[in-house]
Parts: sequence; structure tokens; C-alpha cells
Amino acid sequence: MSTAISRDLYVEQADEHHDTSGNTLLGFWLYLMTDCILFASVFATYAVLFMNTDGGVSGKDIFELNFVLIETAALLVSSITFGLALIYAKHQKRSAALVWLMVTFVLGCVFISMEVYEFHHLIEAGHGPQRSAFLSSFFALVGLHGLHVTAGLIWMAIMMFEVGKTGLTKRSITRLSCLSLFWHFLDIVWVCVFTVVYLLGVL
Amino acid sequence: MSFLGKLTLESVPYQEPIIMVTLAVVAIIGIMLVGLITKYKKWGVLWNDWITSVDHKRLGIMYIVLAFVMLVRGFSDAIMMRTQQALAVNGAAGYLPPEHYDQIFTAHGVIMIIFMAMPFMIGLMNLVVPLQIGARDVAFPFLNNLSFWLTTGGAILINISLGLGEFAKTGWVAYPPLSELSFSPGVGVDYYIWALQISGIGTTLTGVNFIATVLKMRAPGMKLMQMPIFTWTCTWANILIVASFPILTAVLGMLTLDRYMGFHFFTNDGGGNAMMYINLFWAWGHPEVYILVLPAFGIFSEVISTFTSKRLFGYKSMVWASGAISVLGFIVWLHHFFTMGSSANVNAFFGVMTMVIAVPTGVKLFNWLFTIYRGRLKFTVPVLWTLGFMTTFTIGGMTGVLLALPGADYVLHNSLFLIAHFHNTIIGGAVFGYFAGFAYWFPKAMGFKLNERLGKAAFWCWQIGFYVTFMPLYVLGFLGMTRRINHTDNPDWNIWIYLAAVGAFIIFVGIILQFVQLYVSFRDREQNLDTTGDPWNGHTLEWSTSSPPQFYNFAKDPQVSDIDCFTDMKEKGEAYQRYESYQPIHMPKNTASGILMALGITAAGFAAIWHILWLAIAGMLGAFVVFLFRAYSNDHDYYVQPDEIARIENAHLDKVARGRI
Amino acid sequence: MNLAHTTPGNTSESLIASVKSYLVGFLLSVILTGIPFWAVMTHHFDKPITLGIVLVTAIVQIVVHLKYFLHLDFSKEGRLNTFSFLFTTLIIVMVVGLSVWIIYAANDLMM
Repeated sequence: MSTAISRDLYVEQADEHHDTSGNTLLGFWLYLMTDCILFASVFATYAVLFMNTDGGVSGKDIFELNFVLIETAALLVSSITFGLALIYAKHQKRSAALVWLMVTFVLGCVFISMEVYEFHHLIEAGHGPQRSAFLSSFFALVGLHGLHVTAGLIWMAIMMFEVGKTGLTKRSITRLSCLSLFWHFLDIVWVCVFTVVYLLGVL
Repeated sequence: MSFLGKLTLESVPYQEPIIMVTLAVVAIIGIMLVGLITKYKKWGVLWNDWITSVDHKRLGIMYIVLAFVMLVRGFSDAIMMRTQQALAVNGAAGYLPPEHYDQIFTAHGVIMIIFMAMPFMIGLMNLVVPLQIGARDVAFPFLNNLSFWLTTGGAILINISLGLGEFAKTGWVAYPPLSELSFSPGVGVDYYIWALQISGIGTTLTGVNFIATVLKMRAPGMKLMQMPIFTWTCTWANILIVASFPILTAVLGMLTLDRYMGFHFFTNDGGGNAMMYINLFWAWGHPEVYILVLPAFGIFSEVISTFTSKRLFGYKSMVWASGAISVLGFIVWLHHFFTMGSSANVNAFFGVMTMVIAVPTGVKLFNWLFTIYRGRLKFTVPVLWTLGFMTTFTIGGMTGVLLALPGADYVLHNSLFLIAHFHNTIIGGAVFGYFAGFAYWFPKAMGFKLNERLGKAAFWCWQIGFYVTFMPLYVLGFLGMTRRINHTDNPDWNIWIYLAAVGAFIIFVGIILQFVQLYVSFRDREQNLDTTGDPWNGHTLEWSTSSPPQFYNFAKDPQVSDIDCFTDMKEKGEAYQRYESYQPIHMPKNTASGILMALGITAAGFAAIWHILWLAIAGMLGAFVVFLFRAYSNDHDYYVQPDEIARIENAHLDKVARGRI
Repeated sequence: MNLAHTTPGNTSESLIASVKSYLVGFLLSVILTGIPFWAVMTHHFDKPITLGIVLVTAIVQIVVHLKYFLHLDFSKEGRLNTFSFLFTTLIIVMVVGLSVWIIYAANDLMM
């Protein structure tokens, strides 16, 4: 009896010729596939350059796993809170959906603030992206993920405004479903980041 | 930093007479166009029916117009290179100084691939694919408009570089470390980066859009394995776009970080590795050539089966061969840089894969031959292009297999042999295909046929001109002449260089004839009207509509039960039916959001090239605001009422009835 | 079964069922994140074993996310998404794998 959330939207409005929400979700998913490849290219570059420290620091010297663990926890919890928000949205429970969106938003902000802190800390210590190819690829890879999360947060803020103002229309639910795909997708990318960059980096 | 960043009055190359004259000519043509549009009061039509249009057919036509404009630009570069080389023999300097010549060969490559071939292919796809699958439009009509304007934005940037600053002097691949700031401090590489980046994002969106379209918008009853072959090859090309263009986005992004923020991805110092750029560039670049050529293969298939009045031989093998090419196309890219010196195993693997990819291509060639076999082939213009392709492309394929041998490649790498090879496949494969498709679908798009005689003359000029230009380049390659040479001093080469220049002028005549053909066909259009919408007795759904098709394409969703769906309908007597009543049709409204967003993004790209911070922010912000407005307006669509549909359909069917008697 | 048929007055059972599915996914993710962090931070195992654990848990976690959060499956409606993802994975494996092979092999010869 497990229910596939994203699937629901495909079946609704079968009477209408233009099944636009199904098209939108598929189109957005295909866009996410292009994003996968974008990340893969940067991952490949990181894999090729991570040993080129040019006499500077390596991953072992600068990565703080405790710190990363907290970041990971924030993102992981935000994943389930977004899931709850979407479920409530689909059940037309507006205030519950808004509360969970807010929680997700805060968790996302925690993650981004921590990342900004980490970057700032590294640059202050002279380990900025200009220092070596390793640091260039590290900043680019983690920063690319961070930029995506930031975009997701902006989108989320807009959605909270939309839902608060016009309620849970079919259009907002389609948009929330797309954002949900985006948010969970970023979670998967983060699993790859903490595995490849941080865990294997200090190993 | 100053208000206009690096941009000053000295950025205009006054000292270059060739550029100044070109600019003057462009300005005169521009003023004449503006004058004509104003005189005939066409600004409203241009804005309402074209620029803001979300109709895939109109966008398709605009893409093809863009492709022809850029063909002229790219070909001017080509003929300048050929004449320069012909004049600069025996140690003479020629008329193009090296720094200008280097920009020309870079611009030629970028323009022909990204701004001529891609828009041509995407234009034909826009025009035909939704019609072939019996859809009223693409899945995301607004996105389609945005994609077009992003592509155009990139094209505009590259043309601005002609009169403002310079273009890259790196070759169209822009390999670092040459393209890094330390060796290319000017704005040329930045023009390259942002023109490609912006149009590349447009292309990616097109890929997403058309995959969603074929997956979700097919007419009732049409299974995937019943899609017309051109739609199938376009679908594979779109899959390749979606899978490969993000790699280009990423690698250009990294080069941008190197140049703008001092990162060390591909620099000589700081532990950077320029090889990674080359590697990623071709991981995009090789699939890209299949993106160009697969739809052309689809066009040839349609043309051959239409003009032999036969079903295409081996439809399924054609679909799967295209699929095999698409997947294999992703594991051959290293053959572009065998000489970089990776291990023997690496070179062997990629060499073998490159040879393997010739197999599905061969399958296709035999399919076309077997379709022709025992058919009654009509020698129309599209068929001539197809036959020209089959011979020319085969030669290109064979020289390709030769280059796939790492050992041979070490000798021939970056020689004119390579140049001859890839022009052999891209002109003989992709461009001939687009011209075949252009002649084939022209009546569908415009409502009248192209002049046959001039079309044939243009074909022969292209075909002969091609051989006269590029066969000598094979010889020159064997004689050891490398690419991108500004002047030479080897008497043995001269005769071949002269021949190549002559060939370029024969092609030039071909291009002029194509424009004359367009003019003459337009002038005599009343005699060549396509009243039935089916001038060639076609097999597929696009021929069941009027020419040009109604804006809603199909008054009723066609019911599909065969690959050659329209032939099936004609045989069953179901074609050209009159209906008693129609349902209202749901249509998207035209919108200015696409061009406004693209304008903001292009302005931001221009600002990035010249380091004008405020304009970059304003452009991106403007695009975002337009996007938000679009997202929150509810005025996107409307319904066409049944009585209007009935009126349009009956008028068309009356015309068909008259035309068929 | 399907939520859409019951909108807007959705039943509370379907709500609970979806919440449950998310919770299962979340729990699995927590475990699959905890194990590799623990293994790396405590140095409990030898390096090759730790490496294996880290990689395996990462792959399993990705599958968990795909199933419970992104709802990929082979149903009629979900198939397109799943196949496009599998194709993308194939491309990524080829591009990343071959890129790494190419550059590392070249680096070896430069030593």
C-alpha cells in the first residue's frame, strides 16, 4: 500500500486533454537529469584534481567531519520535513503544510550558513580556491551544491508566500511537487559529496 | 572599476579596414530592413505573430532564418580563409594579419557548429516533430520560445564581437592554457564563453522540451515504435543534448572561474590540468556531432521512402541503430585527442569503439539502399541531396575509420586531412541533410514549393564545390600541412591550396543560387501553391494538415494505427474527412516573456564579457522578475471555438477538393 | 491506493501511509549516514574495508532516497522517470569512469 506521491498528479484530470501537471513533472525531472550530468562533470574534475594540492593543504588537513555530520543531519532532516509538507499540501491541510515548509526552510538556512562559515573560515586561513587545483575543485563542487540549495530556498520562500496567499491550488501543488523533486535530488547529490569529498578525503 | 568596465571607445577596431567595411555593409542592410518593415507597417505583425509567438512552426521558421543568416556569416569567414591561404603562398603575407586570421577560423568553427547547424536542425525539428506525432504543440510552448531567444542571444553576442573588441584566437575548441587569462588576456575568449554558455542553455531546454513532447503528447494510438523515423532520430538527438550539453556548461563554467576568479582548473600553475578541459570538452563535443547528424539521417529516411513511394526498409533496425549510435557516441570522445598521450590501453579502447560505431551507421546506409531497391525513385531536389549525401558521407566515414587508428592518427592529427574528414561528414552528412529537409518541408511551412531547377543547380554547385574544396585538403594533409596556418612556403602545396580556393567559390555560387531560388520561388508562388497540403504523396501525419498548417495543427486528434500513418489513412479513405462538429481547442497565448528574459540574460552575458558589474546584476535580476511575472500571471491560454474551427477546416477541405480534381 | 482520487477530502489512512513511507526512508538514511561516518571517524576497520563500507552505504543510501523520497518505481506512470534516471546513470558512469581512467593513465606516463 505504499503510495507514490509524484505519481498521483499523472492520473488526475484525466478528462482534460492537456495533462499539464504530468508534463511539468516529467519536464522538471528531465531537467534534473541534466543537472545530474552537470554535477557528474564537476565530480569527475574533482576526482582528477583532488591530489593536485600544489604544496598546499589536502583534504585531510582541512575537513572537520563533526562539522560535516551536522550539516548532513540538517539536510537529511529537511528532506523528511519537506516530504511531510508535501503530503499535507496534497491533503489540503494548508497550515500544517506551511509549518513544515517553514521548518524545512530553517533547516536549509542552517545548512547554507554552515557552508558559508566553512568557506569563509578556509579563505581566511589562506586556503581559498585560488590556492591550488584541489581547492578550486573543492570550492566549485561544494559551492555548486550550495548554490542549488540557495536557489531551492528562494523558491521555497516564494512558494510559502504563494500558498499563504492563494491557498493550495492545483498549480501550487504541482510546483511544490517539482520543488520536492529538486530538494530530494540535492540530498542525493549531498550524499555523493560527503562520501566522495569528505569521507574519502580524510580516509 | 569604471561605469562601463573594460569597454572603451578604443574597443572598436577602427584600424581594420575589412571589419569596418563589413560593419558598414551590415549597418546598411540593417537600415534597409528597418526601413522596409516600417514602410510596409509590419512591426506589429513581426512582434505579435513572430517574435512573441509560441507556435512551434513559427519558431521553427525563425530558427531556420537564423541558420541562414549565420551560414552567410560563417561562409564569409570560410571564403576569407581560403583566399588568404591561396594568396599567402611562397612566403607572402596575404591580406589577413595573423591576429585577425586566428579570430576568423575560431569564429568560423563556432558559428557553423553552434549557430548554423544547430539552429537549422532544431528549426526543422520544431517545424516537423509536433506535426509528425499529431500534437497541437510542444509540451512547453513558452519554454520553446525562450530557447529560441537564448540561442539568438548567443548568436548576437558572437556578432557583436566583430565590431566591439575581438573574438577568441584559440580555435573553436578554446583549449587551455591558451584560452586562460595569462595567454588570452583580451575579451575574445569571454565572448566565446558567454555566447556558447547562453545558447547552450537554450539548447538544453529544447532537448528537455522535445523529449517531454514525444513522451507525453503523441496522438492517441501512436506507440513509441510507430513514431515517424525523423521524430525518432530527433528524439535520440534530444537525448544526447540532455546528456551532453550539461558537460559543456560545466566545463565552460570552470574555464570562467579560471579566467574571472583565479581558480586553477586548467592553468599551468597551481596544479591545474589542461587535459581535463580537453577531455570534458570532447565528452560534449563528440555527442554533439551525432546530435547534428542523427536528425539528418532521419530526413534522408523520410525523403527516400517518400520519393520511392515505399515503406522505409528496416524501420526497427533504423531506430535501434540510432540508439546504438547515441550510446556508443558517448564512449569514443578520446579519438579527438589520441595524441595527448594517455596509455596504449586507453587509445586502443577508444580506437576500437570508434570503429564499432561505424557499424550501425553502415546498417542505416544499407537500409536506404534497400529502400531504393526496386522502388521508383523520383529525382527531386531532396533526393539529389540524399544521393549526394550517401556517396559523400561514405567517403567521410571511411577516412574517419582511418583516423580511428591511433597509429595513423599520430601522423594525421591536426593536419588538413582531419579538416577534410570532418567537413566531409558534417557538410556531406548534416548540412546536406538539412538542405534536403529544407526542400522537402518547405511547402509544408510556407504553402508553396521551391523552384526545382534552381534547387538542382544549387545542389550541383555544392556537391562539385565540396569535392573541389576538400579532396585537395586530404592531399595537403598527407603532404604534412597542418590546420590553422596563416601563410605557407612550400611550392608542392600551392596547386592544392589554389584548387581548394576555387572549390570554395563554387560553393559560394551554390549559396547564391539558394538565395535566388528563395526569391524566384516566392515571386512565382502563385504557380507553385501547395493546395492539398500533401505535395509529395507523403507517408506521415504532417502531410495530412494544410500547407501551412492551421495554428492548431489538427482540428481533431488523429487516430494512429500504423507507422506510415497518413498513407494508412489515405488507403482506408479516412483522409480529408469533414466533421459535423468540433470540440473547442485549448491553445497557449503568445508572450513577450521569452524575448524579455533572453534580453536580460544576453545583456548580463555582454556585461560579463566587459566586466560591467551593474549591468550583469540588472540583466539577471530583470530576467528573474520577468520569469516571476510569467509564473504568476493567469493569462496563458485560450480556447478556439468550434465554429471558427469548422470555418477554417471547411475552407481548407474545399481547397483540397478543388486541388485534387 | 491513490491519493488523487480522494482529493480534497483525503482520508487520514492515506496520509498516515505516506507519512509512514517517508519515515521508513528517513530511518534508513540515518542509519546509512551513521555507519560510514562512524567507520571513518573511529578508524574501527582497516582502510580498504572502510573504503568498501563508505562506498556501499552511499550507493544503498542513494537507492533508498530514490525509492522513498523520489518515489521511483516501475509502475506505468513512474516508468519514464525511472528509465530516464537509469539512462542518466549509465552516461554518468561512462563519462566519469572513462574521464578518470584517461587522466590517471596519462598522469602515470607523466611520472
